[in-house]
Amino acid sequence: MLAGCVPASTGHAPLRWGGDAEGGAPFVEADPANPAKVRGFDVDITQMIGHGLHREPVFVQVAWASIEASVERGDFSIGMSGVEDRPELRQRHAVSIPYFEFREVLAVRFTDSVRYRTLADLAGRRVATLGGTGAYQMLLDQQSRGGPIVVSYDDDVHPYSDLVAGRVDAVLLDNIIADRSLRRTGGFYIQPVPVATGHYVAVLAHADTALRDSVNTILRARMRDGSLEKSFRAWHVWDSSQARYFSRVLADSSGGRVLSVDRGVWSVRSYLPALLRAAGITLLLSCLAMMLAVLVGIAVAAGRVYGSAVVRAPLTIYVELIRGTPVLLQLFVLYYGLSALVRLPAFLAAVLGLGLNYAAYESEIYRAALQAIPRSQLEAGRTLGLSEVQILRLVRGPQALRLALAPMTNDFVALLKDSSLVSVITVVELTKQTAIYATNIGSWVVPGLLCSAIYLALSLPLSRLARVLERKWSHA
Amino acid sequence: MTQALDVRDVHASRGAHEVLRGVTIDVAPGEICALMGTSGAGKTTMLRAIAALGPFDSGSIVVDGFALTPGPVPPESKLRVLRRSVGMVFQAQSLFEHLTVMDNVTLALVHALGWTRERAESEALALLTTLGVAHRVSAYPRQLSGGEAQRVAIARALAPDPTLLLLDEPTSALDPARRGSLGEVLRALAAEGHALLISTHDVDFAEAFADRVAVLANGVVVEEGSPREVLSDSTHADTRALLRSPSTEPRE
Repeated sequence: MLAGCVPASTGHAPLRWGGDAEGGAPFVEADPANPAKVRGFDVDITQMIGHGLHREPVFVQVAWASIEASVERGDFSIGMSGVEDRPELRQRHAVSIPYFEFREVLAVRFTDSVRYRTLADLAGRRVATLGGTGAYQMLLDQQSRGGPIVVSYDDDVHPYSDLVAGRVDAVLLDNIIADRSLRRTGGFYIQPVPVATGHYVAVLAHADTALRDSVNTILRARMRDGSLEKSFRAWHVWDSSQARYFSRVLADSSGGRVLSVDRGVWSVRSYLPALLRAAGITLLLSCLAMMLAVLVGIAVAAGRVYGSAVVRAPLTIYVELIRGTPVLLQLFVLYYGLSALVRLPAFLAAVLGLGLNYAAYESEIYRAALQAIPRSQLEAGRTLGLSEVQILRLVRGPQALRLALAPMTNDFVALLKDSSLVSVITVVELTKQTAIYATNIGSWVVPGLLCSAIYLALSLPLSRLARVLERKWSHA
Repeated sequence: MTQALDVRDVHASRGAHEVLRGVTIDVAPGEICALMGTSGAGKTTMLRAIAALGPFDSGSIVVDGFALTPGPVPPESKLRVLRRSVGMVFQAQSLFEHLTVMDNVTLALVHALGWTRERAESEALALLTTLGVAHRVSAYPRQLSGGEAQRVAIARALAPDPTLLLLDEPTSALDPARRGSLGEVLRALAAEGHALLISTHDVDFAEAFADRVAVLANGVVVEEGSPREVLSDSTHADTRALLRSPSTEPRE
């Protein structure tokens, strides 16, 4: 049952297959008994494929959203981790027959089980899902027609915890994921009538049709001999509809059907407004976070330069703690970790997370700048009868600001780019929107160029403004 | 007559080294007193103690009726009266680099004394005119020559109209011609009733412009009197050492 456990029976090259163990059971998860190995029904299936090909399966960890791009690059031969069948997937890659039929189901809070039965009931409400999935596309289509507001997540655990916490009103995802979350955390209700059905497939590089055909032959054989059913039963995902689905596939040799959601392929022109909106979010987020960083940074620097030991100690701990841990972790803790105490809206959490992170770095710049002002300047202020606060405000501060300007500009440009990290807490900013765009059209070239152009258009004027100010002040 | 400055038996240490070992000195309104001595004699320490920038251990310092207490420098909130009475011109001019000449001079008037900007600027302009640098009002410190910067620093220190003006080595960055002109400016200030205490080792300058000279050596005043008495026919070893030293040297 475990990948990599079967000894290589022949001299054939190993069968490299990619999946995302972060997605977890029942697809692919790290084996609790031996976290170096993976298990799940996708692992079982690759085992069967490997056996049929006389090749030893070797697992390659890859982020779920990157499976398709990665298989096309040749990082591995087969991508399998609950990959959904979609028309664009078939256009761009070689795709196996679907080996599992899932249902897109709606999860709501118990109190809403009567109110929100279908997507139509959720017009104007917040509905969460995993970004880049069929469910996400379906919700986007509905949103553009005045349906629910889509909230996109990078993982499939937090949509449900945020549903229970009241941050979203419903979650639309595969029944397997919904059932798993219900078992793990509970506290919500799954509507029995599915919104749509979809299928999991194995994805291969576009040119790899020969391997695809072999995989299809093996999958059909394992459907027929009950091996697949056995694995699905072991992972508690087998039901009567699956049995009906298998018999349909075995009767029909055309290769199965695709998630029956109607939507057009988005063009560059249709994506540009979304990219510009996302750029607006990036800019607004960065400006607010920088303002917070500057204000808190000045306060922290002043406290560390002027304060007593009692004031300095906690400020030093704050600065070192923030600088010594990843900003990604800080965002997670702020948004998810503290949600039991305070339920911050995503955008506010993003501003606070980035702002408080950068405040630690700004405070160090200001502290160094304050300490660089010669003592004689401060003493001159004292002999003139200025108070310490006036000396800071009128003499030391303004001179320190001139010294701090260049590093501050650097930090702001860095912040502009670091703001892309907040997509982990559901804020769709420029990079996230670009990734959605790229996933949809199946190429990073145009979206990547557009996104870079927008980032440059945002950051270059800043650097220029800083140079102008520096020149002006150095003449002074 | 009330002294503008009355220093009695002041002791001050820097670390384990006792820099001042019982200095007694006074300056009357309208008087220019030159505090002389070689490098390390304690001139700057004395000035910093009078301006409440540095501490002293014992003795008394009274400026225009305000008594400073021995021990650590008190917080600024307890020094308001002293700050009105004492102006200081630093050896390195320490003008505020980010402000124009006008703003340097008006800063204390507006923010410490609460004057309106108009009143402060007209006062500043009058002072800068007297000192011959009125044409530089909108210049920044780094655009000034050494002599101009010195006059602006004097204007800044004089703006709040202090009774006592302290000048630390005012001639060290000036050529001989500018030293003469600075001396004239200081004489005019004394004539207006200001008391001036000037730390210097510039013998020619002291001889030409001081009313009185006090020679500081090893932390005590070893000789005091008119410039002619002290500097022309001194018999004191420390004074003769001072007379032999070059009249310009780096700060102590």
